[in-house]
Amino acid sequence: MAESIPSVFEISKILGRLKQFFIQIGELSFFARRFFKELFSVPFEFKELLRQCYQMGNRSLMLVGMTGFIIGLVLTLQSRPTMIQFGAVSMMPNMVGISIVREIGPVITALICAGRIASGIGAELGSMRVTEQIDAMEVSGTNPFKYLVVTRILATTLMIPILIVFGDLIALLGSALVENLKGQVSFQLYFNTVFDALSFGDLIPATIKSFFFGFVIGLVGCFKGYYCKKGTVGVGISANTAVVMASLLLFIVDFIAVFVSDIFYEL
Amino acid sequence: MNYDMNKDTPKIKTNEHQKSKDNFEQKAVIRLNNVTKSFGENHVLNGFNLVLYEGENLVVMGKSGSGKSVMIKCLVGLMAPDSGYIEVMGKEISTLDRQTLDELRSDIGFLFQGSALYDSMTVRENLEFPMRRHRDKLGIVKDTTPLVLEALENVGLAHTMNLMPDELSGGMKRRVALARTLILKPKIILYDEPTSGLDPITAKEIIELMRSIQKKYGTSSLIITHDVDCARVISERMVLLVDGINYAEGTYSELSASTDPKVEAFFKK
Ligand SMILES: Nc1ncnc2c1ncn2[C@@H]1O[C@H](COP(=O)(O)OP(=O)(O)OP(=O)(O)O)[C@@H](O)[C@H]1O
Ligand SMILES: [Mg+2]
Repeated sequence: MAESIPSVFEISKILGRLKQFFIQIGELSFFARRFFKELFSVPFEFKELLRQCYQMGNRSLMLVGMTGFIIGLVLTLQSRPTMIQFGAVSMMPNMVGISIVREIGPVITALICAGRIASGIGAELGSMRVTEQIDAMEVSGTNPFKYLVVTRILATTLMIPILIVFGDLIALLGSALVENLKGQVSFQLYFNTVFDALSFGDLIPATIKSFFFGFVIGLVGCFKGYYCKKGTVGVGISANTAVVMASLLLFIVDFIAVFVSDIFYEL
Repeated sequence: MNYDMNKDTPKIKTNEHQKSKDNFEQKAVIRLNNVTKSFGENHVLNGFNLVLYEGENLVVMGKSGSGKSVMIKCLVGLMAPDSGYIEVMGKEISTLDRQTLDELRSDIGFLFQGSALYDSMTVRENLEFPMRRHRDKLGIVKDTTPLVLEALENVGLAHTMNLMPDELSGGMKRRVALARTLILKPKIILYDEPTSGLDPITAKEIIELMRSIQKKYGTSSLIITHDVDCARVISERMVLLVDGINYAEGTYSELSASTDPKVEAFFKK
């Protein structure tokens, strides 16, 4: 009996973790504040921004496409029997379309990008910190925060929404394929139904949300990398914790976004 | 190990050193007064003093972990000291805004301990990087190739221009880093362990390079090292960093003749 009650020691350990988490969030918001401050100061590193956008988009396109396709496929296959049971199989495109565009597409794509991009940024900036490349930039007159951090956060904020739209479309394609093969629904009919079903109330919150997702991914990746602890172990930790923290924050942002858009719906 | 291959290596004697020091007396380019820096309980610098005179080669020696890198990072504003006064070319570092600091930094070359080449850029881009913000200083219109070539030729690596840093050996990286340091024609060069981790022959090459650069451009150099041979060849004056203070100062011959146990420890083979 007594063993099932957590000891004071365990509670204090959990509290310590929690405290650590909130400290991190605090530091992260300072980092974000610095980002906004340096975002609007000259000079703009436009070339580097374009390079980052290109690389991020290019490197994640395949992965996002693949996952999107499979998600669309699986979602449709799995829910088909139930929909048939309810006699609502003709509502299939509506159901899949709305759930992918509003929730599944953005979250899955953002999670994939957290794994791919946030960890990449964390490792890259981390190793630059450890090998003193960031210091070298600083002494050669280039503000490394502007050159490395601002460009990367901007790039994710711009590119993740694009990747999300791309992922959504491929997922719908996957779903349409299943409908086409199993339910003899033509692609044209499928997509017409989907776009009829989608309203601005579905698209706008999802779009706004995806910009925030992009921002969070870039912010966390840069934060973890920029303040990487010394040593090659530090680089690994940076990359790893970037993914964990980014994923966690993505869900929190998602929760807030759903909550807020729900309020607007009520009106 | 013997590095003196040039006949003109000055065999510095005490009085000679005194004379040369008098010549430099008029202008100090770097001045550190009572600098302290701690990381938590780890008190790294405890009131460190140092003066670098114009045109001189000053060697700072100290054990690994004694705070040499911390000291020169404070010097260029990469770290802020806890207390103390740091002046570079007549300007107090802690009072400068970003722009003035950047301008000042373009006159200071910094050779990092681990070379710190940008590994996502080619050698050429590495060398062009410091020029991004200091175009007006060099008066370049468009083409940076001649400057890059000149800097690379100085270190004998003109053929590596389009290679990536990971295609170079450790010694080549150090030389490219040196070329990158030189590209803005700095008045002061800070070398953080220019020969560490290199084999004796490559180390000798780097030292020769440093000397030829010194002669060619007349820079003032602050050289951090724990390589006694390097110190002997290149130093006009030496400062020993022990327990976070400037424990001893003098020429190589003065210090190597010292009987203080802490000083002796550096020169024992
Ligand atoms: N960013 C930092 N955070 C915490 N401690 C640090 C930091 N940088 C240096 N130190 C500590 O300061 C001390 C001096 O470090 P420093 O790098 O200056 O040594 P060093 O004299 O350059 O040694 P080496 O010859 O090995 O390069 C070390 O004990 C190190 O642990
Ligand atoms: Mg060092």
